[in-house]
Amino acid sequence: MSRRIHPAVVGAQPFQLTARETFDGPIFETEEGRRRLEAALSRYPTKQAALLPMLGFVQSVKGWIEPEDMVEVAEALDLTPAYVHSVATFYTMYNKHPVGRHFVQVCTNISCHLNRAEEVLRSFLAETGTREGETSEDGEFTVIEAECLGACGFATVVQVNDRYLENVTPDGVPEIVAKLRGARDGAAAGGPAAEGDA
Amino acid sequence: MSFPHGSDLETTTRLSRHQGSAEARTLEGWRARGGYEALRRSLDMSPAEVTEVVKASGLRGRGGAGFPTGLKWSFMPKDDGKPHYLCCNADESEPGAFKDREVIRWTPHLLIEGCLIAARAIGAEHAYIYVRGEFFEETRVLNAAVVEAYENGLAGEGILGSSWSCDVTIHAGAGAYIAGEETGLMNSLMGNRAEPWAKPPFPAQAGAFGMPTTVNNVETLAAVPMILEHGAEWYRQWGSERSPGTKLWSCSGHLVRPGNYEFALGLPLSDIIFEACGGTPSGRPVKAVIPGGSSTAFLGGDELDCATTYEGLAEAGSALGTASPIVMDEDTDIVAAMRRIAQFYAHESCGQCVQCREGTSWVVRILQRIEAGDGRPSDIDTLYELCEQMTGRTICVLADSVVFPLRSSLDKFRADYEALMKPSLVAAG
Repeated sequence: MSRRIHPAVVGAQPFQLTARETFDGPIFETEEGRRRLEAALSRYPTKQAALLPMLGFVQSVKGWIEPEDMVEVAEALDLTPAYVHSVATFYTMYNKHPVGRHFVQVCTNISCHLNRAEEVLRSFLAETGTREGETSEDGEFTVIEAECLGACGFATVVQVNDRYLENVTPDGVPEIVAKLRGARDGAAAGGPAAEGDA
Repeated sequence: MSFPHGSDLETTTRLSRHQGSAEARTLEGWRARGGYEALRRSLDMSPAEVTEVVKASGLRGRGGAGFPTGLKWSFMPKDDGKPHYLCCNADESEPGAFKDREVIRWTPHLLIEGCLIAARAIGAEHAYIYVRGEFFEETRVLNAAVVEAYENGLAGEGILGSSWSCDVTIHAGAGAYIAGEETGLMNSLMGNRAEPWAKPPFPAQAGAFGMPTTVNNVETLAAVPMILEHGAEWYRQWGSERSPGTKLWSCSGHLVRPGNYEFALGLPLSDIIFEACGGTPSGRPVKAVIPGGSSTAFLGGDELDCATTYEGLAEAGSALGTASPIVMDEDTDIVAAMRRIAQFYAHESCGQCVQCREGTSWVVRILQRIEAGDGRPSDIDTLYELCEQMTGRTICVLADSVVFPLRSSLDKFRADYEALMKPSLVAAG
């Protein structure tokens, strides 16, 4: 983002689900970490409310959250590491282990189920040569089954990193996987970005 | 990109009329469409007057429960000296529903304006918009709009040059259906697991951060500016006495033209399914419809003449819910569909209440074995018994939400379950 991030939106920066950077030293001693923490704290009446934004921030840098990160977040927010762990493990979007460069989540909930979602899932697993939840040997793909992504009119819906692919059919999967292999990130995979996408 | 679909049936696009226009996303484009005039008008009114207009309009909550919005606002204490909060529930995750997503990504300023007017009515100093974490694109669009609002005196200190101030903050969720339950949402906002709490305390007494709070759905708040602009009587020209206004319909499943539509409340459900959405792609008859999102009861293909109002769908034995019909054609395996729905609730149960935590998983296990042809004679009775035990006994309605489709599928499609049982077992059962 080119312009300075307004504190009102600091907790809502899209996670870069597959970023592979690490923090240069303790998270909240980095300039970005300190700035994010301060900005988040300014938006809530309690310190603890910054927990989800900060977990999101860690994941946005590393692509996943390690127990050591939870300890650092806990210290920054005056919480216990156990409590942070209990929160981090409650939510499905926090990756507790590293995922592939393309994190593919196939919705198989009811509307997608009615539109061959299970076949789409099997097709992704076959094309990437992985089992569900397993990262491919080249580190490119992790494919999982997901619960409703909230785009049921465009079944089957597949989320690749931070993009939705809509109306995916089992036959269309090989092309999607081939494009992803050649792409730098999920965004280049031909996701139907809306017109005027910000 | 997805709205509106052409169809022969007349749509009434009020909430959605600017969806599909990239310009409407920008502050400039939004102002050119009359944006923020309703907010300006609300600043010349007292908070009580704003609440009265919304009360008179009969607007009901669009998140599923259909609670009258103005009445909800009126529960907020007055002059109690405490900070008040507004939470906008943008954690859209009811299977079948995808309407709030379109409001956010096409008309973010409409949502911000609705939030600000609601905040003014309830005396809130801060509006938190809780967006489900998976909505990256929607969040990016909303982020840009919130920054624009701050940069142009529409949020923060002294809004529109008045003495009134209100902050707006986007809070991204991280993947939990239960965060869409209002107390779960507030817990999540406060940095907790999104576990619902037993009421009382009600949000208007002690909600987010222990302070009086109102939680409203995206579509509810998006309807507020036009009500302020045109008045309650204008809004009541659509719909019925008890279900006034227009409503977004998220239509999915076996449909020729799935997608979002906006209609005046009260059309026959069959018109939406067959005329607007073109019926089933296979051309086969409709076997079943879940009319209000996966938490509502199945209707059979012969029960689709009911009016799409809160009362009409209740009389038909289901509910309007999130107005998200999921259509299944004649070839649909109802047991498999029900099993998939039950899996969702088992996955999303927060685990606090035993009836829900154990009950949802138990339902899945039974449905899986029936599906696999290993059903036991007592299984259907056990499912009915579970329906009984999972209703009205838990902190929130997640357990009840699986009972509505489950019990109705057993009542209406019992033959589908029995067809998967071994013949000897059906006779014995």
